[in-house]
Amino acid sequence: MSDLVNVTMTVNGTEVSHSIAPRITLADFLRQTLELTGTHTGCEMGVCGACLVILDGRVVHSCLTYAVQASGAAIETVEGLSERTAIADLQEAFHQRNALQCGFCTPGMLMTAHALLSQPGVPTREEIRDALSGNYCRCTGYEAIVDAIAKVARDRDAGVIAQASEEVGAWAC
Amino acid sequence: MGVLTPLDRPNSYIGRSVPRPNAKRLLAGRGRYVTDITLPRMLHVAYVRSPYAHARIVSIDAQAARKMPGVRLIATGEDLAKLCTPWVGTMDHFKGMKSPPQLPLPIDKVVWSGQAVVAVVADTRALAEDAAEAVYIEFDELPAVVDIDAARDPSAPVISPELGSNLCFHGKIDTGGVEDIFANAAHVVEEEFHFGRHTAVTMEPRAIIADYDVSEAKLTVHHATQTPYQFQDIYARHYGIPESSVRVIAPDIGGSFGMKLHMYHEDMAVVGLSMMLGRPVKYVADRIESFVSDIHARDHRVRARMAADTDGNILAMDVEDVTGIGAFSAYPRTSVVEGNQVYRLMGAPYTFRNYRADLQVVFQNKVQMSQYRAVGHPVACTVTERLVDMIAEKTAHDVFDIRSRNMIADDAYPCTSPTGYQFEALSHHACLAKVKAMMNYDGLRAEQAELRTKGIHRGIGIATFVEITNPGPAFYGVGGARISSQDGAIVKITPAGDVHCSISVTELGQGTETIIGQIVAEHLGVDRDRIKVMTGDTDTTPYGGATYACRGAGIGGETALQAAKKLKANVLAVAAAILQDEPDRLDVQSGWIVEAGTGQQRIELSEIARIAYFRSDTLPPGTQAQLSVAHHYAPQGYPFAFTNGIQACHLELDVETGLVKILKLWVVEDCGRVINPLLVDEQIRGGVVQGLGAAFFEECVYGDNGQLTNGSLADYLVPMAVEMPDIEIGHVETLTLDTQLGAKGVGEAGTAAASAAALNAINDAMKPFGGTIAQVPMTPARLLKALGHI
Repeated sequence: MSDLVNVTMTVNGTEVSHSIAPRITLADFLRQTLELTGTHTGCEMGVCGACLVILDGRVVHSCLTYAVQASGAAIETVEGLSERTAIADLQEAFHQRNALQCGFCTPGMLMTAHALLSQPGVPTREEIRDALSGNYCRCTGYEAIVDAIAKVARDRDAGVIAQASEEVGAWAC
Repeated sequence: MGVLTPLDRPNSYIGRSVPRPNAKRLLAGRGRYVTDITLPRMLHVAYVRSPYAHARIVSIDAQAARKMPGVRLIATGEDLAKLCTPWVGTMDHFKGMKSPPQLPLPIDKVVWSGQAVVAVVADTRALAEDAAEAVYIEFDELPAVVDIDAARDPSAPVISPELGSNLCFHGKIDTGGVEDIFANAAHVVEEEFHFGRHTAVTMEPRAIIADYDVSEAKLTVHHATQTPYQFQDIYARHYGIPESSVRVIAPDIGGSFGMKLHMYHEDMAVVGLSMMLGRPVKYVADRIESFVSDIHARDHRVRARMAADTDGNILAMDVEDVTGIGAFSAYPRTSVVEGNQVYRLMGAPYTFRNYRADLQVVFQNKVQMSQYRAVGHPVACTVTERLVDMIAEKTAHDVFDIRSRNMIADDAYPCTSPTGYQFEALSHHACLAKVKAMMNYDGLRAEQAELRTKGIHRGIGIATFVEITNPGPAFYGVGGARISSQDGAIVKITPAGDVHCSISVTELGQGTETIIGQIVAEHLGVDRDRIKVMTGDTDTTPYGGATYACRGAGIGGETALQAAKKLKANVLAVAAAILQDEPDRLDVQSGWIVEAGTGQQRIELSEIARIAYFRSDTLPPGTQAQLSVAHHYAPQGYPFAFTNGIQACHLELDVETGLVKILKLWVVEDCGRVINPLLVDEQIRGGVVQGLGAAFFEECVYGDNGQLTNGSLADYLVPMAVEMPDIEIGHVETLTLDTQLGAKGVGEAGTAAASAAALNAINDAMKPFGGTIAQVPMTPARLLKALGHI
């Protein structure tokens, strides 16, 4: 056991401050301390992508990041993106296309999709599949997820849905 | 105006693609999985596990661990055995099968590497893990029984000496005449097949919270499972708690695929730990624990041969299957069901009548093996379909022609397979023709020939299959297992005229609640968005078998249909009393009582409900409105509703590296009535990808000493988006006449034949090189070996 340390960070636009054990991962901090259970842990070794969150504009594995490493950072989770309707079109497309079954991987999928579609241009199906390769899904077989993301990419490109351009970089950690 | 279809009637939801209402909260990050649940004063357990595959437990020293921060309890096998009676994973209808008694934690020996031995309960999981490291267990290592042949050698150590051998079950089927046919057949093909062990890898690992309330002697278990009633029964019986005092709640489940319906030692222990502590105790398997404790599947070696006449008419099959299941048979569904389905499904699509098979189910020092999606089907399908392709090659038939020649005619039903399965109605020929057109088979063959001249080697493989769905009591009940084959629903109308349906089938993300809502809406006559469906709680739903073996739609759906019709009759009786009309002159449409012939609106359903609930004084004397009904349905007629279909795989093999690019999959599937095409197609796609995982990537690799060598998600490969193809799906709908709904199951069809189609496609791609493969997964190394490069 080590002494507790103070961490302060902005999570979904709100500053939070807690004394935590230094070994707590960002995933556990979000899930257990802040009760933001939309972020999931599937492998705890940075493979499956269920734990992806946005840290200072980059998508990271919260299971491979200690909470203390995120001190001072701005974190955004699926709850935050949902509440400020940043991914409403993606969520609607996933819903209509049934691009989720058990839903456990879905918040991570949405993070990857959000990051991918924040880049310029309209990704091809192959590029979408490539981008999703850090996100495991055992239920859907992926095709519906690719379809949903491709639809939003086309719609956004066509300006069907007005979407503020925001840069989200890919994958650190 | 186009032509009106049945879907144009009011409230016509059966057959319509509608999205899942309950998916929205999952998309918003508001799912409530067991892993997310925290209860007041909840403690966490970590387990100390065996590093040996087979060893005697000499001593356990937990003195230092007990003094570690936050530790509340350290419990051993002996402690839990005082509360929990042993269980035995056998069923009576598997004659002669045997399995040793099991306890939550072992007392004197461990039988697989990773077996939980000591439970450490602490304030947090991290503190429990800290203390677990301070528990010292002295083991006396024993020789590990790993190989399925070595396990059956008379000189092999016997894992459970009281059983006399390492053989769990030995089954034989023989229709007679097989020896003569093979002796005289124009063509005989034979092969030895190997099917690797693999595992479910649900994205949410196993998770359970047991909460024993000492004051009322009641147990509540939040359990990530697909079968809550089965576990209510098990916890009640083995811990001696009255059944009515045990509540099992299955909230959102992060994937199951059959894996989360078996009794796991850690889960059983959690109940006892909560009873000892009087506090909630939570256990969530981490991913490495999942690999060494979730059931594995398959692990079959099949030697099989097929005989045909000069024209390619199949005459007989002769099969020997040996399967390794770990150190005991799983509870309560046993570990024989997979082998049983392997040797009974062989050759199922074909007309031949002579069949002989031998099944040996073998104990070994590995993780337990039991039912996982498409139990036995991929093994039977791959063996059969590869042998059919070999007959095709010997007799110079195209792969479509050889199947067309040998498959049961679509008008030959009902009929019985050589192994005793009764087929009500299947559609092999219709499916075969449909997939051939969908994939542009002739075009692909022409392209294949052309590309071969350029050094590009593509393969085309097809596999036809029969799937077992909608099992009746013949599946488990007759064997003595307390697993229900019936389901129940309660449907009620609220005072506002909304509808509430609680039903015993469960939601795992496949869309059970959605299709139940569609069925109730259509047969009651209300809009779908007025219906709330509740599942997964033994306190709030009627008793039932829940979701396994593709029974949710066929059996659960029929339950809902009959319940809705019953409720509608009650509604019309009250409406008739109010309207002073006859019930049979009335109908319900879109939440209105209407005239049956004209659709003319008479009174709104919400008004009926208001009167019934708040102004019963205005009803005619003697009228008692029954706006809730409870209804059960148990399958009758055929013991199973068999489905069928065909899959085709198109891929490209890099003959220099052994790497495979899967280009496309086609599936034509006949699950009877399609309730929701969107959900059915996504079930098939998901199933296909699990089958392709088994075909190319997934394998639990063991060393000679019984150690699992790739038990992490970095080492065990599951299919990724970039490796998977688009999958085109077509349907033939042959309804079962056993139910009004006509639906059969579909959840396992994708997995049943994908690996077979892939294996046939790979062998097709390798044809110019003379190499063949009969093992899955087809890793690059195995393919290079088959090609003679290594």
